[in-house]
Amino acid sequence: MAYSAKVMEHFQNPRNVGEIENPDGVGEIGNPVCGDIMKLYIRVKDDRVVDAKFKTFGCGAAIATSSMITELVKNKTLEEAEKISRQSVAEALDGLPANKMHCSNLAADALHKAIEDYKNRKKKNE
Amino acid sequence: MERKIYLDHNATTPVHPEVLEAMLPFYQEGFGNASSIHSFGREAKVALEESREKVARFLNADPLEIYFTSGGTESDNLAVKGVAWANKKKGNHIITSQIEHHAVLESCKFLEKEGYEITYLPVDRYGLVDHDELKKSIKKETVLVSIMHANNEMGIIQPIAELAGLAKEKGVYFHTDAVQSTGKMKIDVNELNVDMLSLSAHKFYGPKGVGALYIRRGVRLTPLAHGGHHEKSRRAGTENVPGIVGLAKALEIVHSDMQKEERRLKSLTETFFKKVTERIPDVFLNGHPVLRIPNTLNLSFKGVEGESIILNLDLKGIGVASGSACTSGTLEPSHVLSAMGVPGDLAQSSLRFSFGRSNSIDDVDYVVQLLPEIISKLRAMSPIYQK
Repeated sequence: MAYSAKVMEHFQNPRNVGEIENPDGVGEIGNPVCGDIMKLYIRVKDDRVVDAKFKTFGCGAAIATSSMITELVKNKTLEEAEKISRQSVAEALDGLPANKMHCSNLAADALHKAIEDYKNRKKKNE
Repeated sequence: MERKIYLDHNATTPVHPEVLEAMLPFYQEGFGNASSIHSFGREAKVALEESREKVARFLNADPLEIYFTSGGTESDNLAVKGVAWANKKKGNHIITSQIEHHAVLESCKFLEKEGYEITYLPVDRYGLVDHDELKKSIKKETVLVSIMHANNEMGIIQPIAELAGLAKEKGVYFHTDAVQSTGKMKIDVNELNVDMLSLSAHKFYGPKGVGALYIRRGVRLTPLAHGGHHEKSRRAGTENVPGIVGLAKALEIVHSDMQKEERRLKSLTETFFKKVTERIPDVFLNGHPVLRIPNTLNLSFKGVEGESIILNLDLKGIGVASGSACTSGTLEPSHVLSAMGVPGDLAQSSLRFSFGRSNSIDDVDYVVQLLPEIISKLRAMSPIYQK
């Protein structure tokens, strides 16, 4: 197993671990095969993601991608945040081992779900 | 210097210095081909046959029943496919268990594609194969039962003598993969009542790339590789004399203080388990509480994925293994834990600690001191862990 230095750095010092109280959006995603679970919380203000926190049950790659996405998404507009892909998370971490690209790279999916959740909540309140 | 602690002896072991010393002469001055009739060859042949006698003695077998191979995988393949192919006329049914090593499971799956019928026996929650299930599964087409002695992931020991007795009553060959038990406990092919038994040198402080298959006299078996008349035409290829010498020497060493080492390892794993469960909540033992090889402990740390623990321990110089999907190489959690009915998240949370000769009580204390902090850090990150 060869993780990049950046993956190991995020794995050892994950950013933004935890939950947001009364979040504006939550995205939960699980990999049914390997069993990884990720929960991403976002705070949105004026169509901008101002805070993000995560909780993850998974391997080194799962934790590092979770940590990375909370950094990537902060202060991005919703439109920009929606464009963050699995690929962009992997690139920001200087790559992931090939076998981890699909199974443990769930953070972007969790983010898209959290944004969707935010939009649904907003619609309901309108 | 950073402290290094190796707790993965079920994966492999370091070569014992005396084993290496015994092997070295056969790379240079004693390099001869054991099939040659000149003095060079004769010297190698003598070493080869002395090694065979030693191995036979430790297994309580006849030297003519010991066949050297390239390791556990080849021994398992030879036993399973070899018997299946040679006994086609009698039948096409093989019985194995769901918790076998992949060397047996994949050999069986390969035979399935060739039209053989395979029964994969279930195990109970402790990992034991049920006596009655085996009895029910044997039919007139059955040519082989292959059930492992000690499981590599859990350390569970199957009641082989009893299971083999059932096969024998019905005139069915019985093979056991003893790769993980050889060197850790007494192995007697007659007490175990088996027709074939696989072992591998690197699991007991011998070199990698060499193993053996015990084949009881009279067992019909087709070779995997064809070539010269080595190993009584059952395993063609120039014998790996240095490796075979090393295998025999390693077996001799582990037998010289086996009972003492068994007791020592048992006490280390018991102390480790006690201290870990005292300091960390929600830790579960996988496998049988008693019927285990002395060095192996498989634990699930609720709410934390195995690879993330391995990486943290690795950063501290500690080497362990896991049955989580990330580390099993198949993207699915351990087939052994699944067969035992361990829930998916706990299978994902499993760690295997396998102790060995290099470990002392200091290692236990060191790991026990580091582990609680690692687990609580990861649990704080986990969406599925609640205190």
